[in-house]
Amino acid sequence: MRRLWIGNASAAALLLAGSLWSQIPEIAYDSAPNFLKLPEHVYLGEAAGVATNSRGNIFVYTRTGSEFATTGASRTFTHGGSRLFEFDSNGKYIREIGQAVYGFLFGQAVRVDARDNIWVVDRGSNMVIKFDSGGRVLMTMGRKPEAVVLAAGRGAGRGATGAGIPGDNFNRPADVAWDAAGNIFIADGYGNARIAKFDQNGKYIQSWGSKGSEPGQFDAPHSIAVDAQGNVYVADPGNKRVEVFDNNGVFKTQLSHVGAPWAICISPGAHQYLYSSNSNDPGSMDNGEIYKMELDGRVLGKFGRAGKLIKEFGTVNAMDCRNPNLLYVGELTNWRVQKLTLPAAGSSGGR
Amino acid sequence: MMRKCRGCGFLLTLLFAAPLLAQTPAQSDGLTQAQINARAKAQNVPEIPFESVPNFLKFPADLYMGEGIGVATNSKGHVFVYTRSQETRLFEFDPKGNFVREIGEGLYGFAFAHAVRVDPQDNIWAVDEGSNMVIKFNPEGRVTMLLGRRPEPADAGVATPAPGVSASTPGPYSFDRPTDVAWDPAGNIFVADGYGNSRVVKYDKDGRFMASVGTHGAEPGQLNTPHTIAADAKGNIYVGDRGNSRIQVFDNDLKLKAIYDKVGAPWAVCITPGPHQYLYSSNSNPDTNNAELGAVTGEIYKMELDGTILGKFGTAGKQLGQFSTTHEIDCRNENELLVSEITSWRVQKIILHPSGK
Repeated sequence: MRRLWIGNASAAALLLAGSLWSQIPEIAYDSAPNFLKLPEHVYLGEAAGVATNSRGNIFVYTRTGSEFATTGASRTFTHGGSRLFEFDSNGKYIREIGQAVYGFLFGQAVRVDARDNIWVVDRGSNMVIKFDSGGRVLMTMGRKPEAVVLAAGRGAGRGATGAGIPGDNFNRPADVAWDAAGNIFIADGYGNARIAKFDQNGKYIQSWGSKGSEPGQFDAPHSIAVDAQGNVYVADPGNKRVEVFDNNGVFKTQLSHVGAPWAICISPGAHQYLYSSNSNDPGSMDNGEIYKMELDGRVLGKFGRAGKLIKEFGTVNAMDCRNPNLLYVGELTNWRVQKLTLPAAGSSGGR
Repeated sequence: MMRKCRGCGFLLTLLFAAPLLAQTPAQSDGLTQAQINARAKAQNVPEIPFESVPNFLKFPADLYMGEGIGVATNSKGHVFVYTRSQETRLFEFDPKGNFVREIGEGLYGFAFAHAVRVDPQDNIWAVDEGSNMVIKFNPEGRVTMLLGRRPEPADAGVATPAPGVSASTPGPYSFDRPTDVAWDPAGNIFVADGYGNSRVVKYDKDGRFMASVGTHGAEPGQLNTPHTIAADAKGNIYVGDRGNSRIQVFDNDLKLKAIYDKVGAPWAVCITPGPHQYLYSSNSNPDTNNAELGAVTGEIYKMELDGTILGKFGTAGKQLGQFSTTHEIDCRNENELLVSEITSWRVQKIILHPSGK
């Protein structure tokens, strides 16, 4: 029964994709080779997160080094495995932030808020960590499990997978975003399939969503962005859709025509755009293209494909579009960040 | 104490026979079956005179080598050593063995070293069986391409299939404890994959999947631990099929061409460059330090590409000029080999004197 339903859904999706395919213009783009200059002896691993601040500095949260375990009297404790680097707008290395911080375990996202605070989301420690622009910890959300937790749902959020108890800890969180008032929205995540909303001081307000494929449900909310009106866009790649909610979590619509959105971002300014990456699964080289959309979901164009060369993408996990014509994409399987330049709006779309 | 015991005679017979069965001499020189399996079938192979350069690699005082897993040279004669130390590490030395630098400190893909090779453009490729990755560094030591992906840690909360569990049809871009890498003249990439998947995978130079051959087994074309791999100038692929004690030769489209099964268990193979290419293969002694098997293994064979054995050298042992589980051989220079050993934590530079001089 379930299988049949999925079959029908993908058949419908194929039809839809087929009819739209020929109409979607290709956006010409370039990638700056070897953009990020790392110091000797420093290497990127999987570029799980990338974000810029108001000065154009670039922050990369990468899974690098080896997570390691120490054995206690009866429990095993994990440490390390992820690092946060800052570069200037020319890609010159500035510094590392949060060396050996308690919550850096398995990087999932980094985002920079309107006041240039740097927010890190760590899927291994179940934490969201807010650094000020100077790189000091300002606020922490969630709590790292005390010892190794091998199954989601134990020792993290107390609810079973997909439940998401209001106000509870996170369970494999994936991303963070803010509205204009500073409210915090956390995509939580691989374990809990919900969005949790907090005020700017970290006080819990509400939570919505559960595991599933109905409107308002999530397979796993993987990426999140908020527009200037405070609407919340949630990428739900397992259900191949971007769901749009109002500021209070009321389901508004879903965008189901851009593949599996692993990473989304919304550009600032008077005319906002929504970018979404239909990233390839790490075990394949299918898909990989990035879509540029109006906020209502109308596709303006697409670019790129999966691959290992420059201008190709290896499982894009994060995008920054503070400048809508200058994108930074973080890739898992290529261990790199690419700086992409796109034609300005109104200019020729290439081809 | 004498008691009547019906059937005791039969039991006694069994008790004595069982160990006898296991150790029955199958040949007149009293070899056990295990010794026979380990010993190469080739007979009357001429010995190649050789010497080992003492203390070839000079390590800084505070740096130590672990298991000598991988060794390779580039076109300038620099030596790259991939070792299982406290962490898996990659070191570069100059042609005289002086330490130059470390590459890839703390790299996400360094978990448990298995092989290092240098391609014709001097890119350095590390094969890591712990992270399931093949990592390409440019000559400057920066990562430029990756094949495979390190499994996410268990506490990242996503069920990653355990290696080997889903290996019935391994995916085109996933490895299960890969062992080695080689390239044909066109730059196509061949990965020996490996302990978990019994196959060889071919990618184009940009890392796109092209073909794959091999399943687990002992039939021709099947593999039981493809442990080492090399390509000749025509693009043929030589796979050290260690568990089956044979080298299988495939053409560039991975069609089986030949089997060489007289040189023991090929732990490490390499092919020399130049107009007349040679194939070296090590019948390494097991890494268990088993003395009985070590007595009949450890030698390295020199062959023509067609499998004709030209000579052999070396025995298992811990002395200079002996080999302790050879794991990788570099033969960029036909008569100056670099040999890395698991159980002696070293790389030896071996000078061969094939003419007897």
